[in-house]
Amino acid sequence: MTAKVGVVVFPGSNCEHDVVEAVDAIGGCGELLWHKDIHLGDVDAVVLPGGFAHGDYLRTGAMARFSPIMDAVARFARKGGPVVGICNGFQILTEAQLLPGALYKNRGLKFLCQPAELRVESTDSVLTRGLAEGDQLNIPINHFEGNYICSEETLAELRDNNRIVLTYGENPNGATADIAGICNESGNVVGLMPHPERAAHPLLGSTDGALLLEGLISGG
Amino acid sequence: MSQTFDVAVEVSLREGIADPEGLTIERALPALGFSGVSGVRVGKSLRFMVEAPDEAEARKQVEAMCERLLANPVIEDVAIAVNKVS
Repeated sequence: MTAKVGVVVFPGSNCEHDVVEAVDAIGGCGELLWHKDIHLGDVDAVVLPGGFAHGDYLRTGAMARFSPIMDAVARFARKGGPVVGICNGFQILTEAQLLPGALYKNRGLKFLCQPAELRVESTDSVLTRGLAEGDQLNIPINHFEGNYICSEETLAELRDNNRIVLTYGENPNGATADIAGICNESGNVVGLMPHPERAAHPLLGSTDGALLLEGLISGG
Repeated sequence: MSQTFDVAVEVSLREGIADPEGLTIERALPALGFSGVSGVRVGKSLRFMVEAPDEAEARKQVEAMCERLLANPVIEDVAIAVNKVS
């Protein structure tokens, strides 16, 4: 059975078609969901894509968190459904408190759009379950607010429970502990700043992103 | 009877969190001849009116707004000022 991946479109999202394309290319079926929907339908996984949801007004993700679909996303996540937030989607997941911490302006105040070398730190997440700890991935980043910030307690909790999913080889944005991606306690909710959908075809220079997305459609 | 209150919310980055904007401004000022400036922090200010029976209730409402939307407690602190509009 083909896994159906719902990709939520907020006003201002701009990576949704890339995610659908990448999911389709690896044998899944991407389907766009509108942020005002109150049901997710029969999707097997949900992606909150990159972009500038609701113009990023007030703070990145602050308004998107109150989009009607987010209640359904939270319920789906609580039942163990795979939910992945990419870039702006990661920011939305932290604002929605489905993931701890926050994302703040890059150290250096530069908008970064470049390839990033990543290291897989944990395979206890829906994105990395098909990979091995220590695997190196080359996946682009594209953000102004990707500097992951959390309290000492949160950082300890993330470390102790193997919830740091991906780290940067060279920290581009000042993120705490070089964090590029984290997950929730059960590993079904993942947020990451890099864009796997932009590294999912040989023409894009890397197919490492497909390795992550495959985790979404491979089932539990 | 409800009254109108003028509300000012100042949202600032929590202490200890590096503020790259503040740092950039702090470095720029000496170049313009303003010496002796330190501790620059950049935040944002929100102004609005609130209808409430009294000041305590108005403040309570604003605190709830801050908690739910206006600020992110992971990285931000708020200072709230509530003044009755005469």
